[in-house]
Amino acid sequence: MNPVPLYDQLPVYLVAAAFLLAVGIYGLLRRRTLIGMLISGELIFAGASLNLMAFNRFAVRDQAVGQVFVLFLLGLAAAEIAIALSIIVAVYRNYRSVGTRELAELQG
Amino acid sequence: MSAFPATSLIVTAIFLLCLATMAAGALIAVLSTRLIRSVCGLALCCLGLAGLYYFLHSPFLALMEILIYVGAVCVTIAFAVMLAGPNEPADAEKPGARLVWGGLALAAAAGIFWGLTRLGARAQWPAPEALPESGSLEAIGVSLLTTYALAFELISLVLLVAILGALAIARPGRRGA
Repeated sequence: MNPVPLYDQLPVYLVAAAFLLAVGIYGLLRRRTLIGMLISGELIFAGASLNLMAFNRFAVRDQAVGQVFVLFLLGLAAAEIAIALSIIVAVYRNYRSVGTRELAELQG
Repeated sequence: MSAFPATSLIVTAIFLLCLATMAAGALIAVLSTRLIRSVCGLALCCLGLAGLYYFLHSPFLALMEILIYVGAVCVTIAFAVMLAGPNEPADAEKPGARLVWGGLALAAAAGIFWGLTRLGARAQWPAPEALPESGSLEAIGVSLLTTYALAFELISLVLLVAILGALAIARPGRRGA
C-alpha cells in the first residue's frame, strides 16, 4: 500500500484548485448572464482558497496564518457578492435583462 | 496507526467522494443553462470544498465555508435569480461561431489547468515541520485578536461599507418606494 495516503499529498490539492480555476475561467468566458459570470467568479475564489489552505497545511510552519487568510478571503467574497448582486438587480431594473449581450449602451 | 485495517481505505474513499462532489458541483455550476441549477451546483461544490478543508486539518474553516457559502452566498444568489430572471438567454450565435468560441474557451481553460497541474506536480515545495497546536481554533482566535487585529477590523469596515453600498445601489429604482 502507498505509504503516504492520497489526502496527505500536496499535488492532489493543487490539481483540484487548478481544476476549479480552469472551470471558473471557462464559465467566465462562456456564460451569457451576469449572474452566471458571478458564479464562475466564485468558483475561482474557491480555487484560490483551496490553494492557500493546501500550502498552509504542507509548506508553512505556523498553521494559523493560512486559515486566517482564507477567513478574510471568505469575508471579502461575501462583501463582493453583496455589491455585485445589488448592481445586477439595478441593471435588471434598467434593461429588463441581465444578458451580457443586451448591455451595449456604450457600444459605438 | 489504527486498529481496524480498512480505516485508511475508507478515509481515502471519503476523500475521493469530497473531490468528486467538488468537481461535479463546479461542472454543474458552469454548464447548466438554468441559473438556479448553477446556484445549486455552486452549493454542492462548496460542500465538497468544505470536506477538503476538513482533510487539510481545519474543521473550523470547513464549517465557515458551509455557513458562509452555502448558507449566505448561495441563498443571496438565489434571491437575485428570483429578482432578475431565471434562464440564460436563448443562444443568438450561429452554430459555427458557437463551436469556435466554445472551443477557444475550452482550450484556454484546459491550457491553464494543464500548466498549473504540471507546475504543481513538478515543483519541489519546502516541507517544514508544522508547529504543534499552531492550527487549533484557539491559535486562530489569538492571532485574529493580536497579529491580525487591524485587518480584522478593516474587514468589518469593508462589510459595513458593502452593505450600505448594496442598499444605496439597489434601493432607488424600486417602484412605489
